[in-house]
Amino acid sequence: MAILIDENTRMIVQGFTGKIGSFHARDMLNYGSNVVGGVTPGKGGQTHLDRPVFNTVKEAVDQVGAEASIIFVPPAFAADSIMEAAEAGIKYCVSITDGIPTQDMMVVKNFLRKFPEDERMMLTGPNCAGTISPGKSMLGIMPGHIYMPGNVGIVGRSGTLGYEAADQMKALGIGISTSVGIGGDPINGSSHRDIFEKFEEDPDTKVVVMIGEIGGPQEVEAGQFAKHHMSKPVVAYIAGLTAPKGRRMGHAGAIISSAGESAAEKVEMLQDLGVTISPTPSAMGETVAKILQKI
Amino acid sequence: MDIHEYQAKHLLSKYDIKIADGGLAYSPEDAVQRAREIGGEVWAVKAQIHSGARGKAGGIKICKTHDEVSAAADELLGKRLRTHQTGPAGKVCLRLYVEAGTSIAKELYFSFLVDRAHERIVMVGSAEGGMEIEELAESKPEAIKKIHIEPAVGLCDFQAREMAFALGLDATQISQAVKLIKGCYRAMRDRDANMLEINPLVVTTSGELVVLDAKMGFDDNALFRQQKISELRDKTQEDPRETAAADRGLSYVGLDGDIGCMINGAGLAMATMDMIKLAGGEPANFLDVGGGASPERTEKAFRMVLADDNVKAMLVNIFAGINRCDWIAEGVVQAVKKIDMKVPLIVRLSGTNVEEGQRIIKESGLPIITASTLAEAAEKAVEARNDVVAREASVA
Repeated sequence: MAILIDENTRMIVQGFTGKIGSFHARDMLNYGSNVVGGVTPGKGGQTHLDRPVFNTVKEAVDQVGAEASIIFVPPAFAADSIMEAAEAGIKYCVSITDGIPTQDMMVVKNFLRKFPEDERMMLTGPNCAGTISPGKSMLGIMPGHIYMPGNVGIVGRSGTLGYEAADQMKALGIGISTSVGIGGDPINGSSHRDIFEKFEEDPDTKVVVMIGEIGGPQEVEAGQFAKHHMSKPVVAYIAGLTAPKGRRMGHAGAIISSAGESAAEKVEMLQDLGVTISPTPSAMGETVAKILQKI
Repeated sequence: MDIHEYQAKHLLSKYDIKIADGGLAYSPEDAVQRAREIGGEVWAVKAQIHSGARGKAGGIKICKTHDEVSAAADELLGKRLRTHQTGPAGKVCLRLYVEAGTSIAKELYFSFLVDRAHERIVMVGSAEGGMEIEELAESKPEAIKKIHIEPAVGLCDFQAREMAFALGLDATQISQAVKLIKGCYRAMRDRDANMLEINPLVVTTSGELVVLDAKMGFDDNALFRQQKISELRDKTQEDPRETAAADRGLSYVGLDGDIGCMINGAGLAMATMDMIKLAGGEPANFLDVGGGASPERTEKAFRMVLADDNVKAMLVNIFAGINRCDWIAEGVVQAVKKIDMKVPLIVRLSGTNVEEGQRIIKESGLPIITASTLAEAAEKAVEARNDVVAREASVA
């Protein structure tokens, strides 16, 4: 088992025939992902990478049973594509697109809330590297080969720092059940906490690693959830100990704007909630290894 | 992106919001001319810099004669003002806003912000104006009223009324306040602002509501559809290094340390800076070269980092995912050969084709220090920096 995606998940690519969409769709296919088609409005009826192209997500759901989608649509149109996926009945959507306006994301989140919880599409991203269940399936842009299959769940905001974590673990012979990127934007589809819930339910995930950063309240919320509702140990690293207040560090959401948003404050609050902190970014692997030995 | 007070006020006035009479001045003569045009007996001469708390930094002068206006303008123009928001470097004042004096009966606080936890715009107000909201949140949180706005519905009249009453306004001022609050919300929503702060909002002795100071910040991700806002950008208020980087499509934040950094990915960049700090050093900058670190981008990034004279050593940390270490290594080697590097360079590559990448660096014959882990890279960078500092000290 894994969370969100496995080898059977039927996936489509929104923005399929574009340069970036094509590049990553090919990568996903090479990894073994079950990509059943794609959507590019106006190109319906064509074939691309030996897969059918549809004009709308609804057609892809009806005709090839699409369950999950990945979005490579430019930022000005991405919010619309996410809502199209939700309305068409897609269950899980990853938005890779970086640069979606904050107010558009507020509209998206509001739109998603109109669906009853059991019918609501799960969204991760935007501005993320996607999701991978190693050895099974990849709905993202990450280098698949650095992830070894196993039973540690990873959730993080950053792409390359997530790769760093997976790589450190692989070097120690530790594998990953699923790694989920939730993205670096101020308003994102799913929070650390939302992903924690999924990992807690997954019998193959034994330990959960959270890679957080400065800005926003989500890491601490996840820590509170872990303390009260999780049986599995949680390891965390929070990036940005050296980040000055009020300056945006690359990610749109990585800015310390109020109390409790700095890395030091988050670390302290997480420790109080019983989360094991990796003291440095190069100790993520060892910290997980120690926890695994204990269970 | 931030804009100036006078720009924010001009924008708000288009939403039927009352602002005091005022005009822009670039010289003491301009300032006196503006005061004449405005008329009256009291004027405020206000430094236009991208920061709050200008009053405390001496950036706002109340003047009672034209001579005082001229003297205030002379003092402020070209002056570097330091507030807790600008940091020690401060921001230079090149424009003034001359405004009619307002007779203040009461100061209030009012703002709209993006609430990340609620994923909505939140309206914040307090009858205790004139103070920084952060201070108020600590000392008297019960004095702050917050109302969240439903994105699909927008701001409702009853919410605006609720805020007006919370601000302690009396019945005769409510309709005026509702108009102002709704105008602010429309400006925020229509223009993709992520922050609009009126501190203070004042009640004048004649009972009118006037926006005395206004600060607006905009969502950079939405500037593509807000051309008029983009035109308000004032590069003199930005760190020139950050402006230069942004113009080259790089994400750069200048810091006070002396170890220059080039990293791919914002999270890994922050983590590498943390590692430098933990190893006893201080990063000179944050620099994310992005996913596709082509040789051209790599060279631009090197030039950016090395343009900072404080840099005593440079650390490159790339985790190759989509791209490959051998391509990155070639880019680094090319950049070092083109640029006459005077400081030690430490390179750590990881990910796809790492062995090939390391081989290219080694066989280049260049004096590049390599590292295989993040910790090792940071330690070597701090060591190299310390050697440079020690050598400089012995020469001196």
